[in-house]
Amino acid sequence: MARVVLKLGDDISTDIIYPGRFMATVLPTETPQYAFADFPEFNARLKKGEIPAGSVVVAGKNFGCGSSREQAASTLKGHELVVVARNFARIFLQNAINLGLRLVVCPEIEAEEGDELEILPDKIINRTSGKEFRVEPLPKARQAIIDAGGLIPYTRQRLLEKVASRKRA
Amino acid sequence: MGLTMVEKILARATGQKKVTAGQVVEPRVSLAMSHENAALVINQFLEVYKDTGLKPRVWDPDKIAIILDHRVPAESSKTATNQKKIREFVAAQKIKKFHDIRGDQGGICHQILPESGYVLPGTVVVGTDSHTTSHGALGAFSFGIGATEMASVWALGRVLNVEVPKTIKVVASGKFPRYVLPKDFILYLIGRITAEGANFKVLEYHGPAIEHMPTSGRLTICNMSVEAGATSGIVPPDRETLRYLREEAKVKGKIEMFQPEADAEYDQVIEIDVSELEPMIACPHTVDNVKPVSQVHQVKVDQIVIGSCTNGRLDDLAVAAKILKGKKLARGVRMLVFPASFRIYQQALQLGYLADLVKAGAVIMNPGCGCCLGVHQGALGDGEVALSTTNRNFKGRMGNPKAEVYLCSPAVAAASALTGYITDPRKGGK
Repeated sequence: MARVVLKLGDDISTDIIYPGRFMATVLPTETPQYAFADFPEFNARLKKGEIPAGSVVVAGKNFGCGSSREQAASTLKGHELVVVARNFARIFLQNAINLGLRLVVCPEIEAEEGDELEILPDKIINRTSGKEFRVEPLPKARQAIIDAGGLIPYTRQRLLEKVASRKRA
Repeated sequence: MGLTMVEKILARATGQKKVTAGQVVEPRVSLAMSHENAALVINQFLEVYKDTGLKPRVWDPDKIAIILDHRVPAESSKTATNQKKIREFVAAQKIKKFHDIRGDQGGICHQILPESGYVLPGTVVVGTDSHTTSHGALGAFSFGIGATEMASVWALGRVLNVEVPKTIKVVASGKFPRYVLPKDFILYLIGRITAEGANFKVLEYHGPAIEHMPTSGRLTICNMSVEAGATSGIVPPDRETLRYLREEAKVKGKIEMFQPEADAEYDQVIEIDVSELEPMIACPHTVDNVKPVSQVHQVKVDQIVIGSCTNGRLDDLAVAAKILKGKKLARGVRMLVFPASFRIYQQALQLGYLADLVKAGAVIMNPGCGCCLGVHQGALGDGEVALSTTNRNFKGRMGNPKAEVYLCSPAVAAASALTGYITDPRKGGK
């Protein structure tokens, strides 16, 4: 069971997730401190460690639109948040999969802050409201990357295969 | 069924006769662009090689471009140290397409790539910047990726596991009325199809209004295609593309006039008669909150910004200079101008545009992105309003979540500078 800790609307841009003024900070080990920095209360709770790993951010459509900044994915990954949204913008979705941030596409999701969600592969059950919502699979193109645990291990695997096949040739 | 521009490009980049929308492919990359976030790409690239026993070597140093543009000159020691790290990597890996902050080579990546002749029709271009969609203006399939994805490209020379996108055909007919510009066209389109209207799809532009549009305008519309969620915008190459590449970008080699097939299958066709358009304004805080200027009443502005990767080209500075020449900015208004590159800066200097703008009260900044995303100069105060020719008006975008950003064309920006209110350039100031 996972608790909804933040409820957001449509078109949440990467500027809201990770404001541009902190972009000089790039390393995934350093970005988590600025997650949702323009929501000072929520940011403070994250930094104090009051929000357990696996907690859920719920949003509407087009979550992660705008800038390609990877900090927007690494900052949420750093807190091991799960994002449930009606749909995601392309670059954010790919960055999240590449870094192993958990996203759930749930086109009809209805949930409020404090609700308890049970997230299953094909549906989400909102245990607070009793309603169920279908989950859409992530793009099949990315499954190999998800299975490898992210794009870095996947690329490393592909690189080693390439070197090995060159040696054989 | 025939192939769209992007299907045709991806078929070639994967060595296949054809590909179809939805298919998963791994295209070879012709150009891989990064800016300051190359600092993160380098970090992730070295991670890929960790414990492999292999020496970290980019797949092809001639296909990598790095342009320092987001925070130039460095605003902090942290940025300066990241930029130093990039310069060292560039030297060690022998990357030649590197543009430092210098008056003879610098600028914003989305102007440097086209003007340097780095982008050719029919190729695959990726960049660690969402506005990499810009380069579709020259007939390339050009799209934004994250830093880790770029590290993977640097290692392998391919983008892994890409789903072939569907294409929306946009047909623009008619003639642009006076002071209605390509920016107004793209704002109108985004307002019509919404910020997610083209998510995971490509916008392919056709029609007489596009054929008569200079490359500068095509760069504007492809640049902002991402604001409708598009993976890329693309314009099939034509005589204007050839003129730009030969005369301005000084491309010497072969240029392929890649075209979509006549019976290509499109997801949707959108028709727009540009002669019906008005100057458009994207109101806070989403780019699809678009209204004709006639419906935006009495909005007082504090800061006007002209320039950026969207509207910092010579045509943009020319229209602003024409409106402002011999006049003065309204009281209480300040205006920042960011030419898209130092080449454009020099041209605008020689043509007298910069003098016209400065005499009217504008401040000429060095080419760069910092103001648009609120990381380097031009930040807004609490409650202030900016009117800007840049591409995003998200909350917090110009450095302050308590400020507002409206987006417009350079003509609207210049006309509004004279009145201090958002103003229709067709009616003029006061």
